[in-house]
Amino acid sequence: MSDSSSPIVSLRGVGKLFGTGTLALDGLDLDVRRGEFLSLLGPSGCGKSTALRIVAGLSEPSRGTVTWSDGGGSHARDIGFVFQEPTLMPWATVLANVFLPLKLAGADRAAAVPRIMETLARVGLADFAEAYPRELSGGMRMRVSIARALVTAPRILLMDEPFAALDEITRFKLNDDLVALWRELRMTVVFVTHSVFESVYLSQRIVVMTNRPGRVSSELAIDATHRDARFRTSAEYAGYCRVASEALGRAMNAGAAA
Amino acid sequence: MSGGSPQESGRERREQALRILAPAGVLALGVVLWDLIVRVNGIPPYILPSPGLVLSTLVSDWPVLWTSLLATLETTMEGLALAVIGGIGLAVLFNQSRLIEHSLYPYAVILQVTPVVAVAPLLLIYLPQQAAVLACAWIVAFFPVLANTTLGLSSVDHNLADLFRLYGASRWQVLRELKLPAALPQMLAGIRIAGGLSLIGAVVAEIAAGSAGAGSGLAYRIAESGYRLNIPRMFAALLLLSLAGIVIFALLSWLTHLVLHRWHESAIARET
Ligand SMILES: Nc1ncnc2c1ncn2[C@@H]1O[C@H](COP(=O)(O)OP(=O)(O)O)[C@@H](O)[C@H]1O
Ligand SMILES: [Mg+2]
Repeated sequence: MSDSSSPIVSLRGVGKLFGTGTLALDGLDLDVRRGEFLSLLGPSGCGKSTALRIVAGLSEPSRGTVTWSDGGGSHARDIGFVFQEPTLMPWATVLANVFLPLKLAGADRAAAVPRIMETLARVGLADFAEAYPRELSGGMRMRVSIARALVTAPRILLMDEPFAALDEITRFKLNDDLVALWRELRMTVVFVTHSVFESVYLSQRIVVMTNRPGRVSSELAIDATHRDARFRTSAEYAGYCRVASEALGRAMNAGAAA
Repeated sequence: MSGGSPQESGRERREQALRILAPAGVLALGVVLWDLIVRVNGIPPYILPSPGLVLSTLVSDWPVLWTSLLATLETTMEGLALAVIGGIGLAVLFNQSRLIEHSLYPYAVILQVTPVVAVAPLLLIYLPQQAAVLACAWIVAFFPVLANTTLGLSSVDHNLADLFRLYGASRWQVLRELKLPAALPQMLAGIRIAGGLSLIGAVVAEIAAGSAGAGSGLAYRIAESGYRLNIPRMFAALLLLSLAGIVIFALLSWLTHLVLHRWHESAIARET
């Protein structure tokens, strides 16, 4: 994990003022390095989702710049996005839901099926291709959502509190699977969360954001190589969590004082 | 642990039976009461025919009534089909262009709030009778399709819409792959209402046309029988008319179930 040098995307002085008068972000500087697992950690309402949507191009910054390493052009097909809700089409089967990004790009369904099945197998849903979303549990729906984001083999995967609504057991399982996927696929992940524990468990690097308007308060590297049940109960993990909690506490105070 | 499932299915069967037997019992009771009232008071058939007489009239007048029923059903179905095409088409247009929506929506509302009984005589002056009757069926049936579809098209999940944008979907793809399927439940609800209204529109226009005399639908038969004091036939035609309404509603409900049962909450029978 030493190729973490060149940023894949850089945000400089990014600000976002909504029409309602809410200043969600102000002077946000952020580099996302190639191949890293980066978490954006911050209190609810600090502008994490806004920042992620700006990276995805779903929202325009009011100020500042977003620069991609390959110098602009169409990144659309290179981004995978996972929302807090599974956001599946209820009228379509699991297979059709995962096919969506390819279909919108003009792909032929029959030709895409092997790739879809491979992606479904990756998230452990090979047997559920013909099921409808309502027949699945919350965790399984989220897996479909992740498969849909992965099916285009994106260079960067953006995830906005994807597991926040799930129970703890399911969340732990999905955390493990996500780490495994990240290692296997060697992609860049930007993971938004308000959970200290989740961010420490998953990330190589945590960027802590201040209260609204969101800005980078501090950043923290997590140098653990193994992410498993043992790590979760280790003193090392607890230590990182304490440091991250303190950083979050400082960030919230800083925001309140400003 | 001696299996709750037979017990469960037994209760379900009883529930099912109740749902059929209860209204059937009410019907039987009503018919018996009706018959009793007619007998005991010796009411003549030109005031109130007995249920038996209505049934035998239904049988004896069947050729006339059947042709009339077909005529009314044809109008109803054509009106419904035009309402579905027009309602969905206009809703899609509204969804694509604010200008068109703002320009036309008020007139759709005016068409809806003006009582069709009042419009029918006017239409009968300007249009050939069959066209006028069809126009009435269309006028009352098309608004629920338009209103429901419009609502459905604009209540798409925002995140899903963002996802389509992220993957560079064209306007046409968004409409076909996202908005139309998402609007399906509301669209079908609108169509279910429109089925009944189309029948009402056809009946109203036939009644209005009845005085002009050239009609052949069931409602025309009712009006005609009224003038001739053929009350048993009036009842028989009325009976057919409400049966037709029930069948239309049942068919459209079945269609809704067929389309939605795999995915939509409204079509799922919950197991407890
Ligand atoms: N579309 C919007 N219009 C107006 N205000 C918004 C919009 N989206 C987010 N906000 C506001 O911006 C702030 C940051 O929101 P968000 O980025 O969702 O925070 P987070 O994801 O960190 O919880 C909040 O105060 C929120 O109310
Ligand atoms: Mg958020």
